[in-house]
Amino acid sequence: MAQLQVNGKTVEVDADGDTPLLWALREQLGLTGTKYGCGLAQCGACTVHLNGEAVRSCVRPLSSVAPTDRITTIEGLSKDASHPVQKAWAALDVPQCGFCQSGMIMAAAALLKDKPKPTDADIDSAMTNICRCGTYNRVRAAIHLAAGQVNRKSIAIRLLDPNGSEA
Amino acid sequence: MNAPHDFDTRQAGRPSNTGRRLFLQSSAVAGGLMLGFHVPTLAAEPTAAGATPELNAWVVVQPDETVIIRIARSEMGQGTLTGLAQLVAEELDCDWSRVKTEYPTPGQNLARDRVWGSFSTGGSRGVRESHDYMRKGGATARAMLMQAAAAQWQVPVSEVTTSQGQVRHAASGRSGSYGQLAAAAVTQKPPADLTLKDPKDWKIAGKPYKRLDTRGKLDGSQIYGMDLKMPGLLNAAIKDCPVFGGKLKSFDATAIASKPGVKKVVAVGDSAVAVVADTWWQAKTALDALPIVWDEGPNAAMDSAQIAAMLKAGLDAPEAAVGQRQGDVPAAMAGAARKIEAVYSFPYQNHATMETMNATARWTPERCEVWTPTQNGEAALAAAAEAAGLPPAQCEVYKIHLGGGFGRRGAVHDWVRQAVAIAKAMPGTPVKLIWSREEDMLHGRYHPITQCKLTAGLDAKGQLQALHMRISGQSILAGIFPQNIKNGLDPVVFQGLNQGGTEGAFGYSVPNLLIDHAMRNPPVPPGFWRGVNLNQNAIYVESFIDEIAHAAGKDPLTLRRELLAQSPKHLAVLNAVAEKAGWGKPAPKGHYRGLAQIMGFGSYVAACAEVSVAKDGTLKIHRIVAATDPGHAVNPQQIQAQVEGSFVYGLSAALFGEITLKDGRVQQDNFHTYPVVKMEHMPQVESIVMPSGGFWGGVGEPTIAVAAPAVLNAIFAATGQRIRDLPLSRHTLKPKVA
Repeated sequence: MAQLQVNGKTVEVDADGDTPLLWALREQLGLTGTKYGCGLAQCGACTVHLNGEAVRSCVRPLSSVAPTDRITTIEGLSKDASHPVQKAWAALDVPQCGFCQSGMIMAAAALLKDKPKPTDADIDSAMTNICRCGTYNRVRAAIHLAAGQVNRKSIAIRLLDPNGSEA
Repeated sequence: MNAPHDFDTRQAGRPSNTGRRLFLQSSAVAGGLMLGFHVPTLAAEPTAAGATPELNAWVVVQPDETVIIRIARSEMGQGTLTGLAQLVAEELDCDWSRVKTEYPTPGQNLARDRVWGSFSTGGSRGVRESHDYMRKGGATARAMLMQAAAAQWQVPVSEVTTSQGQVRHAASGRSGSYGQLAAAAVTQKPPADLTLKDPKDWKIAGKPYKRLDTRGKLDGSQIYGMDLKMPGLLNAAIKDCPVFGGKLKSFDATAIASKPGVKKVVAVGDSAVAVVADTWWQAKTALDALPIVWDEGPNAAMDSAQIAAMLKAGLDAPEAAVGQRQGDVPAAMAGAARKIEAVYSFPYQNHATMETMNATARWTPERCEVWTPTQNGEAALAAAAEAAGLPPAQCEVYKIHLGGGFGRRGAVHDWVRQAVAIAKAMPGTPVKLIWSREEDMLHGRYHPITQCKLTAGLDAKGQLQALHMRISGQSILAGIFPQNIKNGLDPVVFQGLNQGGTEGAFGYSVPNLLIDHAMRNPPVPPGFWRGVNLNQNAIYVESFIDEIAHAAGKDPLTLRRELLAQSPKHLAVLNAVAEKAGWGKPAPKGHYRGLAQIMGFGSYVAACAEVSVAKDGTLKIHRIVAATDPGHAVNPQQIQAQVEGSFVYGLSAALFGEITLKDGRVQQDNFHTYPVVKMEHMPQVESIVMPSGGFWGGVGEPTIAVAAPAVLNAIFAATGQRIRDLPLSRHTLKPKVA
């Protein structure tokens, strides 16, 4: 039995200490927004925040997480998808299949906390998540948008909201 | 492969209680209910569409003005769900902001005489093969709403108009909303004649509306197959024999019986074993510790060198199936002033969808239910029924949004069969089977392997007089649908190389042309992989056209323009990228450009890549300009997203992708050994969507094919190195000395 702090709540997890944090989140706590993609910290689909830093939860055994460590998953990033990264993602219609996007968003949020005005090189080195649908161009644009480095109108992606107005 | 059924207005207009009652399960998906907390079954209460009768199979309008549009094709990221809904909404003339979607189930389709036509979502056919009957579904529903209003107001139906979910009668000033009129409209007779809107009058279709399915992908609430929860659910991990064609000999279940959570160890078919446990992590951990003995079978010594030798022999084999023949190639070659020859090859690829294969199954002697991400619900149902040993009418498949498909989840449902076999060993208990990434890499349905020898004959003036393209290698149809091979010819091999036609016409005019295929099928299971055979066919043709241009001392654009003079649509996309990319004008210092064009999946595409190669050989792809003419563009923004995404897929293969075999086994078992394009490799994509009207082409796949040859041709310009065997990671690039 391990005690964890997840999304601001203290929870008990009934799993062996060698269970990866990913699987405890998904199977013991029902937080399935964090995804399994590779199990080897290669793809980043399992990215969560541990004390504010992006970590790949598929290689983090529960035994390495202290009860005082603050874990944030995609479900706890904001209320109503209101984090600036989520808003930028919505503004540019970033996701395709969406499976990698929880990890992408968590990695981007951690990047912006660390570097509020990231360069393209910063994005290349921090955003090593794999997306097979190919959303990279929009992920990059959305990070710059969330950082306030560009305004929406300067991005060459014309979208309409459901009511027909320019997004 | 599946032709859609013709739209049947009699069937579509008939309110169906059976259909309505059957609808409840899929409604849970579209209605935003979390499947984890609402397990759809036939006994549950209706949800999204609720008790509201349908106007027809495609459209339900609820009293609160919500319009539910039913989508038979699968959403896997490609935006089909939104695009198809736009087409129905356009003809329905409803308020787009009130539109929701839901999936009918394959079982419902079966029970209603396939009223929704094909469920198959592949070959970039989602929109282009169902637009007609789906638009008619929207138009029929609109006509019934108009008839209901006219009857209520006692005015001629010809005097009422529609807009934004309202029916109006201008003369009397009356109006009624679709929600108010729907109940009466349901009893109206569907009109016999329908005229669909001219695409130039579209107000919802053709516009860059945002996707309908984004919200749940921003906060983790979108449920994928892997995320399903239900009471009493157990989890399974599986290992199939790592050697293709091998079998399971024995395993020692007692060795893991006391491991935490383990419930059962099950032999699956004759080649696999699964561990069922409380959690998937427990199942996987126990499976890793399970002693297994394999009978590796006849392919235990197979390796990539043997496969390459087998294909090489096909390059000069006397027998080959002819895809296209013009003129007299042997005679023209004999008379050529100059001949050019080159041999290319393209390796096996894995789909590597981000979400690995998975399915949840519950089996009883009376009924089998499966929840799974699939590109073809009906094929999944057929696989489930066969594995369950039950008639299809006693089975059901509930489609879940896919975490990537790319062809892996379409034709063959091996994972569904496995899940049902496991569930059958535990009657009444729902079991979720998840493949590990390693299992997914070792048991793909791989993009087929081919080699290609190209020979060109030029006359004394350097004009191309003869071209022979000999493809040697694997046939997908031979591995999946052998009944579709006629006289030894697999037509899918010749994608983009056809003599005319609407699917993939070879654009170049060559007086003497022979394109043929020596089929060589190694014992590796092949599959449809996004872009399919267009990918390597474009690499072969477009690289070789550049070789001819170089040999003849011509500019690659000039030569293509000459050879495409009779193919105006091919030429138009090529000219568009050349102009936007600045072909013929100086590139930034150290940057070099390359071109490619092809027609595939009914669309015309071209690309111009701009690359640089550093002194240490590092390749940087700075930008790719891409043009697509899909005939009609249902959502230009989704097309742009598909073009960008297709390049990630195509470039992943060109730069890194290679599945190799040793000792009968796939050597690449995860992303560290099967690298793919990441953010740092991604070029800026500038997309030109230029619909010329008059035809319907696909958009999910065609542009993949031009990414790699455009980059390879740019690399030649930068280095003088002609890369003929992929991936690029096999080669060391050296920039030209300035």
